[in-house]
Amino acid sequence: MLTVSLSSYLTLAAILFAISIAGIFLNRKNVIVLLMCVELMLLAANINFIAFSHYLNDTAGQIFVFFILTVAAAEAAIGLAILVVLFRNRRSIDVDQLNEMKG
Amino acid sequence: MTFIDFNFYLFATLLIVAALGVITARNPVHSALSLVLAFFACSALWILLEAEFLAIVLVLVYVGAVMVLFLFVVMMLDINIEQMRKGFVRYLPIGALIALILAAQMIWVVGPVGPDVLADDSLQQAVRHDADYSNTKELGRILYTQYVLPFEIASVILLVAIVAAISLTLRRRPKTKYQTPGKQIKVKRNDRLRIVKMDAEAKE
Repeated sequence: MLTVSLSSYLTLAAILFAISIAGIFLNRKNVIVLLMCVELMLLAANINFIAFSHYLNDTAGQIFVFFILTVAAAEAAIGLAILVVLFRNRRSIDVDQLNEMKG
Repeated sequence: MTFIDFNFYLFATLLIVAALGVITARNPVHSALSLVLAFFACSALWILLEAEFLAIVLVLVYVGAVMVLFLFVVMMLDINIEQMRKGFVRYLPIGALIALILAAQMIWVVGPVGPDVLADDSLQQAVRHDADYSNTKELGRILYTQYVLPFEIASVILLVAIVAAISLTLRRRPKTKYQTPGKQIKVKRNDRLRIVKMDAEAKE
């Protein structure tokens, strides 16, 4: 049980993913913390990729993590830019007030 | 318990505590700093998994660039924290319940209890490389040969992200006075200069 195996890493990633899901529920007013929770989710996925890459002795998983990091950085930059524009127009980043599209 | 096991449990605990800090911190700045701690703990775990290049990239790119961007935006925006916290207690039970159910389901599948889906022999023993094995060299070799097209697409994605972020936040204020170089160049002498003919005047 105490010996670290693939299962330990996958369990850790599952717990991390569940924590970030809970974070999206709890902080649903604050868009910045929502973006941080998305980053945590991507981190959990990356842990899975790297753990499998190590235990299967296959570097393709690490290449995939490389691309996920790229896309996540782009996503963070665009998300924060949208956030700045949002705050400039509405003076607030409350998700509940973003109801103009009636969605 | 070996050295690797000890390090795994140490950094896994740190990672989970930091993640809980991200979602429960009252101040968004504290959330961002907890996220930095989570990234550090995760990069230590990746080093345990012999993914040294990605561990360093995680620290350099995420802690060095993305988190600084987050902190910059958090501090630039004037956020009413008390109003942001409304609904935290109300959604706590349902959020915790759903997270627990999700975690239980995933751990049942991949964890030490439950159906042993990872019992395949190829997954049991990882290959520990020698000290002269270079993870960066190995990644570079297949990244620039087998995965060169995805690599170039990734660079295009980054370019699009740069253009999108700049064009979103660029703001032209109508009241500000700008120079227009085209008009400055096109101007003729007669537009600016007027010679007035007048008679000489005698000194009083």
